Amino acid sequence: MTFFSVKNISIRGVSAAVPSKIEANIDYEYLSEKEKKLLIKTTGVEQKRRAPEGMTTSDLCFEAAQRLLSDLKWNPSEIEALIFVSQSSDYYLPATAIILQDRLNFPKSCMAFDIGLGCSGYIYGLSVLSSIMNTAGLSKALLMAGDVSTATCSREDKSTYPLFGDAGTVTALELNKKAKPITFSLYSDGSGHKAIMIPHGGLRNKASKNSFEKKEVSKGIVRADFNLALNGLDVFNFSIKEVPAALKDFMEKTKQKNEDFNYFVMHQANKLMNETIRKKVKFETEQVPYSISKYGNTSSASIPLTIVSELQNQVKNKEISILMTGFGVGLSWAVASLSLDKITCPEIIEL
Amino acid sequence: MKITEFINALEKEFDEVDSGTLKPDTNFRDLDEWSSMHALIIIALIDTDFNVSISGEDLSNIETVSQLFDIVIERMK
Repeated sequence: MTFFSVKNISIRGVSAAVPSKIEANIDYEYLSEKEKKLLIKTTGVEQKRRAPEGMTTSDLCFEAAQRLLSDLKWNPSEIEALIFVSQSSDYYLPATAIILQDRLNFPKSCMAFDIGLGCSGYIYGLSVLSSIMNTAGLSKALLMAGDVSTATCSREDKSTYPLFGDAGTVTALELNKKAKPITFSLYSDGSGHKAIMIPHGGLRNKASKNSFEKKEVSKGIVRADFNLALNGLDVFNFSIKEVPAALKDFMEKTKQKNEDFNYFVMHQANKLMNETIRKKVKFETEQVPYSISKYGNTSSASIPLTIVSELQNQVKNKEISILMTGFGVGLSWAVASLSLDKITCPEIIEL
Repeated sequence: MKITEFINALEKEFDEVDSGTLKPDTNFRDLDEWSSMHALIIIALIDTDFNVSISGEDLSNIETVSQLFDIVIERMK
């Protein structure tokens, strides 16, 4: 099992940007009033943000990065690495991180690449970036994580459209000999790769005319093969089984207890699913913040977005220890523990 | 556990279902209020209260409350 700690890296700041356009699920036209109420109660998603045509994940991350750099008083010329974690890149190629390197005026000596992960991606990205920084002795780097998922969901698909929202986040990392270690455990199970997927557009099923043909998959689910398809029950079962097991294992290996953490921040997948996990691992409700009612499931942005949205005052003013977990598309899941010590955390930016 | 206790637990979770609506031979899909959300609610309830996993496939293979109850009892052993 992949379990390791990274030393000498501290998180100095977290920022988030969302589109200003709010879509409320109570206005979703493909469900009856009763169904809408049940959907909102079960998933916890009251509203989410939707990017207008032409606004990309990198646009959201760009604004969040500019704001964070300016608040931290970091000069773009100091940034030595940039990783963009997303499943909604600007182009098929080149990697979006490289475009952002230029757009943010980072030096040519800055390493930049993408990681194609979703719900588990923030923790995976942190593990990769912190490891490289510690090994190579890089002093300042940015991790960007987010998705514009509304662009790939079919509006007529009640199993995806009401759940997902758009957001971009940036996390600033710095080499610091006094930093407490960040501990990770990382998992994958590709046998579940069909549970959350966009079937067409890659090389396995190249984009063609019929990729855009809408079909009624079942009642209330109309989508094309170029749209996101989600098997909610499979993902639900996977999450309530594997995530508590991974968390228990993590706590045993690190010899930590629930009381050792101020907060347990989960990927914001679905309120009922997250609450089932919370109960199984016995965290108190006060320890578990939610942003899902306001922003929906924002993929790899959901953990940092929840920190900015729900814990801003706490992380700015004192040292906070956090246990976090991300789980979903892949299937892929991850757990991490880290501390945030009076970090820079600007208000959520609206674009 | 008796099936009446199981039914009470289900009715408590489905708060738009009136108490006394569910019977052992009630077919889930015949309920007016039935939706995919109820499948999630059933899976979560059975996992939390009885520590038993129910898959989407299990749910598509069964129709009635008593069939679901039988699966739970079988897996609790």
